[in-house]
Amino acid sequence: MSTAPVTATGAAPRTLRGARLPKWSPWAIAAGAVVVAVVLGLVADMDNPAQLGLIAAILFVLGTYGIATRVEGRRQAKDRVATSLVWVCFLLAVFPLASLLWETVRQGVKDLDFYFLSHSMGVVADTETGGGIYHAILGTLEQVGLATVVAVPVGVLTAVYLVEYGRGKLAQAVTFFVDVMTGIPSIVAGLFVLSFWILILDMGYSGFAGSLALAILMMPIVVRSTEEMLKLVPNELREASLALGVPKWRTILKVVLPTSIGGITTGIMLAVARITGETAPVLLLVWGTNFINTNPFKDPQASLPLYIYQQYANSAGYGAAYDRAWAAALTLIAIVMILNLVARGIARWKSPR
Amino acid sequence: MAKRIDVSGLTAFYGSHKAIEDISMTVEPRSVTAFIGPSGCGKSTFLRTLNRMHEVTPGGRVEGKVLLDDEDLYGAGIDPVAVRRDVGMVFQRPNPFPTMSIFDNVAAGLRLNGNYKKSELGDVVEKSLKGANLWNEVKDRLNRPGSGLSGGQQQRLCIARAIAVEPDVLLMDEPCSALDPISTLAIEDLISELKERFTIVIVTHNMQQAARVSDRTAFFNLAAVGQPGRLIEIDDTERIFSNPSVQATEDYISGRFG
Repeated sequence: MSTAPVTATGAAPRTLRGARLPKWSPWAIAAGAVVVAVVLGLVADMDNPAQLGLIAAILFVLGTYGIATRVEGRRQAKDRVATSLVWVCFLLAVFPLASLLWETVRQGVKDLDFYFLSHSMGVVADTETGGGIYHAILGTLEQVGLATVVAVPVGVLTAVYLVEYGRGKLAQAVTFFVDVMTGIPSIVAGLFVLSFWILILDMGYSGFAGSLALAILMMPIVVRSTEEMLKLVPNELREASLALGVPKWRTILKVVLPTSIGGITTGIMLAVARITGETAPVLLLVWGTNFINTNPFKDPQASLPLYIYQQYANSAGYGAAYDRAWAAALTLIAIVMILNLVARGIARWKSPR
Repeated sequence: MAKRIDVSGLTAFYGSHKAIEDISMTVEPRSVTAFIGPSGCGKSTFLRTLNRMHEVTPGGRVEGKVLLDDEDLYGAGIDPVAVRRDVGMVFQRPNPFPTMSIFDNVAAGLRLNGNYKKSELGDVVEKSLKGANLWNEVKDRLNRPGSGLSGGQQQRLCIARAIAVEPDVLLMDEPCSALDPISTLAIEDLISELKERFTIVIVTHNMQQAARVSDRTAFFNLAAVGQPGRLIEIDDTERIFSNPSVQATEDYISGRFG
């Protein structure tokens, strides 16, 4: 730099080099921010870790900006601040999820064993220890299964109509109503089935009534995701099949649907995962029971979300019922996670190579 | 069993917009006819009217007659699906069915149409792949996915798929434009073999390819921007490229526009 030639305007020439902070500097600044926050906490007598964490985060961002401006320059400093803000937001978003999982596992593992999964509450009162969730698991699986059997064919065929055939007013109306249905609160779906199936038709509380409400909640999700997947199939595949002299319905059945089956399955599994945890319609329609009821079409059944609710409501915040509720919650999360993993596995296996 | 095509007064619309107007021509059986012309002049649109694919596009509509050995493809009571079984098509970009193996791809036309004997499938697939000059390259991996082949191989796979149903006419819409020169050469050699069995119509942007491959050439053009495309001249390839009758043809061939 000392022997650099001077330009025509007399200003110092631009250089391509710039100073950079060392790679370990973000960690050092973070450590420094935490130390300062702890010291401030001691001085101002604050010991809530959330408050201290927030102070440390703010100090980190400010410190990064200040130090980077001094060493690297304005632009790099802004870049670092943006990066740290993104990281902070990410941690803020992930923290509740991690905390939820941690808490559920911690509380739920206490009661979770094979006996718990294979017995019902038939001989155990809510205040006593023992008992299990077999009846609730059975109820949830049957209700969700029936809802899937009803909602999936209706949903997939509606999506096929909307993408492959629908052109005019009917298709627009169907799309509109499907969009509206995506937003139906679950308790409204439950009330609808309650008034229609149980009060007017007088069919009585049963697992199937719950399935109907769950199917209403599930169908718009299936329609929407299937629609998106079908639209992703390139038109040239349809044309290739049509040009071979294959009728349109066979083209859809044998070419379009198999090509998109991975994505459709994922969409269905996500819809199933959503309705597995719906409590409100189950509360209104399935009524709950302590005994094992394998027939979803007759008599009240149990269900996992309903069981969790009832156990917690009868527990006053501690005791056997409280522990059972947590264990049931852990089981519910495990079931949903297994469904999600199965969905991803199917999507990967079936995807066009 | 190749057939002859007679087109008279063909006009094609997209909704209310007229894309091509009043086209009349004859294509002899067992010959290769090339359609050339500048972009947007309606060559591909016209090609798609020959196997009733034009009406698959929303708003597509055709007026006029297309006679396949004296049977009007647009006559009353004619089933478009049956027409497409007799007039096959190969597209610009190779499009093998992604969920099917090579064997299933070639057999797709037969399987999806329903009338086939399971025992004959193997023979038909082998015959079609040999006809497309692909058999030696894939005979050991017929069960692998069709999308695992190179571009040129995929296009030959699509040709094998098209000829497996034994159409009377084979339409090819710029089949080599997405391929490298070596694959293009392979496909051009293939076309000169296939013309022994089928009537072939090929749309191409590449005039040298038209000169190499075709027996007759048809030149299409627009009268002006926004006007429908028209058939300007159709003649033996040698005469079109050495001594065309219409000035516009001569201008296009010598590169004064296009």
